Amino acid sequence: TACCFFSYYFKEPSFISYVIEGKELTKEEKQRLRKEKKQQKKGKEKKDASLPQVSVAETAAPASQLKAERRARQEAERTSKQSKKGDTGQPATTIVKRLPEHIQVDDPDVLKKLAKKLERQQIPRRLDYGYKVSLFSHLLQYSRKAPLTQQLSIPSAVIHPAIVRLGLQYSQGIVAGSNARSIALLHAFKQVISDYTTPSNEELSRDLVNKLKPYISFLNQCRPLSASMGNAIKYIKKEISNIPSQFKEDDAKKKLLNCIECFIEEKIVLAAKAIAKSSIEKINDGDVILVYGCSSLVNHILCEAFEKGRKFRVIVVDSRPRLEGREALRRLVQKGISCTYVLISAVSYILPEVSKVFLGAHALLANGYVMSRVGTSQIALVAKAFNVPVLVCCETYKFCERVQTDSFVSNELDDPDDLIVTRKGETQLKDWQQVPRLGLLNLVYDVTPPDFVDLVITDLGMIPCTSVPVVLRVKNVDLL
Amino acid sequence: MELQAVLMAAGGGSRMTDLTYNTPKPMLPVGNKPLMWYPLNLLERVGFEEVIVITTREVHKMMSTDPKTKLDIKMKLDVVCIQEDGDMGTADALRHIHQKVKTDILVVSCDLITDVALHEVVDLFRAHNATVAMLMSKAHEFTETVPGQKGKKKTAEQRDFVGVDQSGKRLLFMANEADLEDGLIVRRSIIRKHPRMHIKTGLVDAHLYCLKKAVVDFLAENKSISSIRGELVPFLVRKQFSKMTSGQKRMDDTETVDQKNDGLTNDDLFFPSRDEALLQLAQERSCWNDHRGDMSEAYHGGKLRCYVHIMDQGLCYRVNTLSAYIEANRMVSHMWFCHRSAHFVVHPLLMLHFVFHPQMGSDSMIGAGCHVADKTSIKRSTIGISTTVKEKVKVTNSIIMHGVTIEEGCNIQGSVICSNAVIGRGADLKYCLVGNGQRIEPEGDTYSNTKKSILLEVSVTFGLV
Repeated sequence: TACCFFSYYFKEPSFISYVIEGKELTKEEKQRLRKEKKQQKKGKEKKDASLPQVSVAETAAPASQLKAERRARQEAERTSKQSKKGDTGQPATTIVKRLPEHIQVDDPDVLKKLAKKLERQQIPRRLDYGYKVSLFSHLLQYSRKAPLTQQLSIPSAVIHPAIVRLGLQYSQGIVAGSNARSIALLHAFKQVISDYTTPSNEELSRDLVNKLKPYISFLNQCRPLSASMGNAIKYIKKEISNIPSQFKEDDAKKKLLNCIECFIEEKIVLAAKAIAKSSIEKINDGDVILVYGCSSLVNHILCEAFEKGRKFRVIVVDSRPRLEGREALRRLVQKGISCTYVLISAVSYILPEVSKVFLGAHALLANGYVMSRVGTSQIALVAKAFNVPVLVCCETYKFCERVQTDSFVSNELDDPDDLIVTRKGETQLKDWQQVPRLGLLNLVYDVTPPDFVDLVITDLGMIPCTSVPVVLRVKNVDLL
Repeated sequence: MELQAVLMAAGGGSRMTDLTYNTPKPMLPVGNKPLMWYPLNLLERVGFEEVIVITTREVHKMMSTDPKTKLDIKMKLDVVCIQEDGDMGTADALRHIHQKVKTDILVVSCDLITDVALHEVVDLFRAHNATVAMLMSKAHEFTETVPGQKGKKKTAEQRDFVGVDQSGKRLLFMANEADLEDGLIVRRSIIRKHPRMHIKTGLVDAHLYCLKKAVVDFLAENKSISSIRGELVPFLVRKQFSKMTSGQKRMDDTETVDQKNDGLTNDDLFFPSRDEALLQLAQERSCWNDHRGDMSEAYHGGKLRCYVHIMDQGLCYRVNTLSAYIEANRMVSHMWFCHRSAHFVVHPLLMLHFVFHPQMGSDSMIGAGCHVADKTSIKRSTIGISTTVKEKVKVTNSIIMHGVTIEEGCNIQGSVICSNAVIGRGADLKYCLVGNGQRIEPEGDTYSNTKKSILLEVSVTFGLV
């Protein structure tokens, strides 16, 4: 048995000493220590001298009883905390939000934790590639030539084949764009759910969620998850855990597949229709509309407006290295819309002709900032300077609770080799890795402040950028 | 389950009858391991746990009983025996095991020796939802002189014309010189969709294919296709670009379809995956296209896609001719050094009677249970299991199979000596192929001095094992 005791003084930096004889409880005790310190800082009294003894009793018991006892203990703690709050009337303890791991890559402890988690889930870890620019060294940078499937066994046993296929398509860029990625993700989840069988002694609601966790880690390793994907996953997990335990497996699976289809139908397809309907009011005859990159929603709006008979022309602005504007150009010209194509370096030249700017969004953050393809904020800035209205089109399922004011803190670094181009047979940057202190930076996203955005068109209507937190709050109430 | 592996080991080895008239091709020793071991080892390394092996009864018996041809494979081998005399092509064999195929398959030929990173081929198959993905390699020139061939001139091998697109991954065109009468005809539909096509002729087909399950189902219904490489793959490659007829008419007018010798439209080969509508939705919203310059969507809207991975570095040998066999034996010893540490080039059970160390180059491989006397010189050779090499023998550049006895004073150069042969004292063999169980007389200088010749015994009564 281990015995430990804490000595502490009120409202003073604590002197905590403990004697531990057995080695088994060290980790638990460290956790307890941390909790103690936190509560001490708030000057609360710790009255759980009984707790260490309970935990001592636990190690003696076998693991199955351990779980039940741990659960009982958690309940006891929760109720005790509630009662304490009621007694002292103090404000609720501040929630310490953990930073996500993918923006803490230069911290070796975080990396170690991530490696351990991946090992437990039997997912290989994708290695960083190349020299990273120092401002962005906290982000991950992968090479497309080193796919994650190199380290997996070929008939993938751990990960469902549909998920492996999806991860490959993400990392190679075959499925790109926020909506496409979410739909493809939900499609893959449908395959997973169809092929799932509940093992004996397990409940579908709990086991399926646990099965999905390694898949999500795998997809995260292939390409960091987008905000829309995150929301879709949250929705699915909630639906799965809400399956009542008396449902038979087939019924449960059918219900889940139905939920997924409803989600796609409502949040993506119908939302696109609603947004198109609202935007058409904003498009007048004779308009010159500027779009940037290839946003599926903006393309849809323009095609619908053209079909409804509005007369306008489009200027497509494109940027390297992705050159997605070419795909947008193709889709618009195929419909019959007259288009002009420029690169982003010419945007201040072309803006005097433009009457409106339509931008797509990857996510809308809780402080009203718009996260979109890199280059969007530049276009919004220049448009503001020219007094051209900027309209952002975004479905509500892309609204994200994150808060960000700059593009450095959280971003995605794409393969730096994409920046290398061969002109007239010469590749200047071929040996960029040999040049010391030369870094190639291939950013994917940037954030646009709400001052540059005049209107956000969502499926709930046309709202100003600053109303995003309101929508989020309303959404959360709905979900509850 | 994602992929099932199928190993085709029923081939006859028709292009190297000198070696295979007694030993079936899958059991020919290469680097002292049976030829089948190499593809099985590749599959095992990559992570497969079970393989369906299609082979003949003879090979199956040898696999399970003969200690010389023991395969140390940990995977579960599901052996399906077929008649050896029947004209079963590879596609016919797939039709035979149709019931066992539950998912997409990876077909490997037993004579493939390669160190390819298999995920490259399978990734193409997965990522693009391809119907077939195959492996090809840049052909290497065979430099070794082969017994029985006059000079370096090879028999006119039929060239394969392979057309790939700009990225080098999508397979647009495949034809063999034998099928082209007066010229290479490329259909306009291909050129319209892929204006830039690279046609390569110096490629070796590794006979490694990833096929969708629907293709196997298709094979089960269409009994006219009998070979994967010869008929099925060119058929699928052609079908990528044939016209699509509308879905309703498909059932009624089978006469008015495409006039080519196959009476099938593209729609018949449209192998839908699960939840096709959602996939379509995702593809529409994705801003990716595999080509640019025209108005079509990704893949030109085609559902049938064939991909190829062309290796330009690394080993890839198909052991179906004598020269390939000899070359493979050379390369295999290199392979062991580079890749595997667990295999000993000189088997630990080698018994050496020596006062002087026999001269053994580091690029030779000696099998288990050999007796090698002293004052021998073994360079760049492979010696099989249970062979006896007496004193003062010089063996260079040769392949000696199992159970051979080489008496004193022999000089063997550039030769292939098959199992259980006996080379008499003082024989001098240069660039010869000695068949199974033969005896070379002592001082056999007269048989084969510097002439390249092949020795085979026609009569059956001569101690063939």
